[in-house]
Amino acid sequence: MTATHPEKLLSPVLSATWGEEKPWRLATYRAHDGYKGLHEALRMNPDDVIALVKDAGLRGRGGAGFPTGMKWQFIPQGDGKPHYLVVNADESEPGTCKDIPLLFANPHSLIEGMIIASWAIRCSHAFIYLRGETVPVLRRLHAAVQEAYDAGYLGQNVLGSGFDLDITVHAGAGAYICGEETALLDSLEGRRGQPRLRPPFPAVAGLYACPTVVNNVESIASVPAILHQGKDWFRSMGSEKSPGFTLYSLSGHVTNPGQYEAPLGVTLRQLLDISGGVREGHTLKFWTPGGSSTPMFTDKHLDVPLDYEGVGAAGSMLGTKALQVFDETTCVVRAVTRWTEFYAHESCGKCTPCREGTYWLVQLLRRIEAGEGVPGDLEKLNDIADNINGKSFCALGDGAASPIFSSLQYFRDEYEQHLRERRCPFDPSASTVWAGTRGRRSTLGRDRSPDEDPPGDRGQDGRNGDFDPSENGVLA
Amino acid sequence: MSATEHVQLGLPELPAEPYPAEVRERLDADAAAVVARYPQSRSALLPLLHLVQAEEGFVSRTGIRYCAEQLGLTTAEVTAVATFYTMYRRRPAGAYHVGVCTNTLCAVLGGDQIFAELQQHLGIGNNETTADGSISLEHIECNAACDYAPVVMVNWEFFDNQDPESARQLVDDLRAGAEVRPTRGARLCSFKETARILAGFPDERPGAVDESGAGGAPSLAGLRLARGETLPGTGGGTKVVAPRQQESTDEGDAEGEQA
Repeated sequence: MTATHPEKLLSPVLSATWGEEKPWRLATYRAHDGYKGLHEALRMNPDDVIALVKDAGLRGRGGAGFPTGMKWQFIPQGDGKPHYLVVNADESEPGTCKDIPLLFANPHSLIEGMIIASWAIRCSHAFIYLRGETVPVLRRLHAAVQEAYDAGYLGQNVLGSGFDLDITVHAGAGAYICGEETALLDSLEGRRGQPRLRPPFPAVAGLYACPTVVNNVESIASVPAILHQGKDWFRSMGSEKSPGFTLYSLSGHVTNPGQYEAPLGVTLRQLLDISGGVREGHTLKFWTPGGSSTPMFTDKHLDVPLDYEGVGAAGSMLGTKALQVFDETTCVVRAVTRWTEFYAHESCGKCTPCREGTYWLVQLLRRIEAGEGVPGDLEKLNDIADNINGKSFCALGDGAASPIFSSLQYFRDEYEQHLRERRCPFDPSASTVWAGTRGRRSTLGRDRSPDEDPPGDRGQDGRNGDFDPSENGVLA
Repeated sequence: MSATEHVQLGLPELPAEPYPAEVRERLDADAAAVVARYPQSRSALLPLLHLVQAEEGFVSRTGIRYCAEQLGLTTAEVTAVATFYTMYRRRPAGAYHVGVCTNTLCAVLGGDQIFAELQQHLGIGNNETTADGSISLEHIECNAACDYAPVVMVNWEFFDNQDPESARQLVDDLRAGAEVRPTRGARLCSFKETARILAGFPDERPGAVDESGAGGAPSLAGLRLARGETLPGTGGGTKVVAPRQQESTDEGDAEGEQA
């Protein structure tokens, strides 16, 4: 096996130009075959474009892995209604950091993909819903869209094709739930971002109750290369059911965190092998294959092929390919507690299992982490997670249950150690980037959760209690 | 909520004052441009809330009234939206909004310590503002920069790979009025100016779009490897946990080569 030869393992396509001079500019993009895919698409019948993307086997890169071409095909044609394309650039899943660097370095790949997709589904107004907390990306999207208008790629009669297209860049305002496609649509309509009941699906009744395609940034940005280089080229990478290339985002306790674009199906072991591995002197403890909502893996899973089927068969989900790596200094209870605080904070409040369940999970986890847990807490934790999973309105609830179930599956001993020893056995300063290198310790002692009252500080939940795990055993 | 100052038992709060005529005139032109971007006017609500935040630094009751009037909504409808999203401030705050990521990955890698030390250094807690009005501090959720952890955001520009010392220096520089540049993003503008960009009005400062390059070393890590370059710490054999087999050591010894 020549697994350690990065040139063979990696396949930069979306990231290929990131090292060039101002790759976010139209001139650089065009100098590297940019907008050639669009010319190709405009020569084709829109239905043939859909068929091509479907035959290429491109699957959604935002987490669910739904075939992109099929999503486009679901749009009813000749229905007399406006059709919309909405790009989900609300990248907020903990650990996920691919779309933001992609848009920062190469926004035209998204814009070209949007024009092709709009041509295919007969859409004349497309939207980019970008999370608001990333102003550097917003700045470049504003500029790139303007460049595309000036060059005749957008506006009336795109490249003389007779097809009109406008793109509106829309900045969100801070809400993880808006990454859920129907919540995103509600938000884009100027409402609270809360998920909608499905059916009807967005393909039938999406934005303004019109047929709408919602696609992830990376999915759409992958389209121009397929048009330009062909489906066989695309299928020459990855596997039969998971063809193509994708961005793997390595983060955490590794020597070289970053973006590694590779054919689907590489393993974490291969990526670590070529990138310098886990940080010096430490060993892998647990990792996520695709963000915090995907059940965690351990060092037993280093050889799981990171494609939709491989990760699924191993009991997790490929998700966003956010490979967050934690070494043996990390307390899994602390990690899961923090993720759970996140889900409780971001729960939109619409459905009871998620709104109430995530709140109680936080209370339980905080006291377990603080060494205040009591016998039966782990069963209760599992039970509450079970009452959220599959019973909540949208996938946020399922995501909240994932770290609980998987950490109890692989690290139950560690939870029990917290209960038995009535303390957290880990030193958080040992997990920091600067641990051991500067000999500095926190002057403040054990870092506590930064948020004393997580659910409710955006005013949607009147409960907002000042729960202090050291004083108050609510469930005891 | 400062309940003690605003107790009005039995009486609903009076409607907020409108903006003065000259402010209104200026905002009306902007608001019309925002509304024109959308097929249906209500879609303009989020950018309009960013716009009123650009005017006052937070979303006031006057700002809510303004949005409601522009879109033909009630102030209750606008308030329901404004209070849902975390980026809308509900009271006056600092010129620089400093957010420390304390979601799991950043927290574990040191974000918790950075946040704790910044609170101590500034003498303020979460969601509080320094007395001089320069800095508001908040712990934030994952900001899609995990490969640069621990991450601090100032006015939603990226300050990557922070540690407690660099973060303290950062806020000291901000308070001293020194020019501060993010690792990814453009030289800082005020929170109000940032809010205007969020409302959809491009940054007009010359060169702002091109500042800070395409990304740091993590963004380019895979690309460099694919081109046959070496990353720091990848020479001299593998450090992977439990390698399946001993790798042949024909990779050379390029330890320390900085890409």
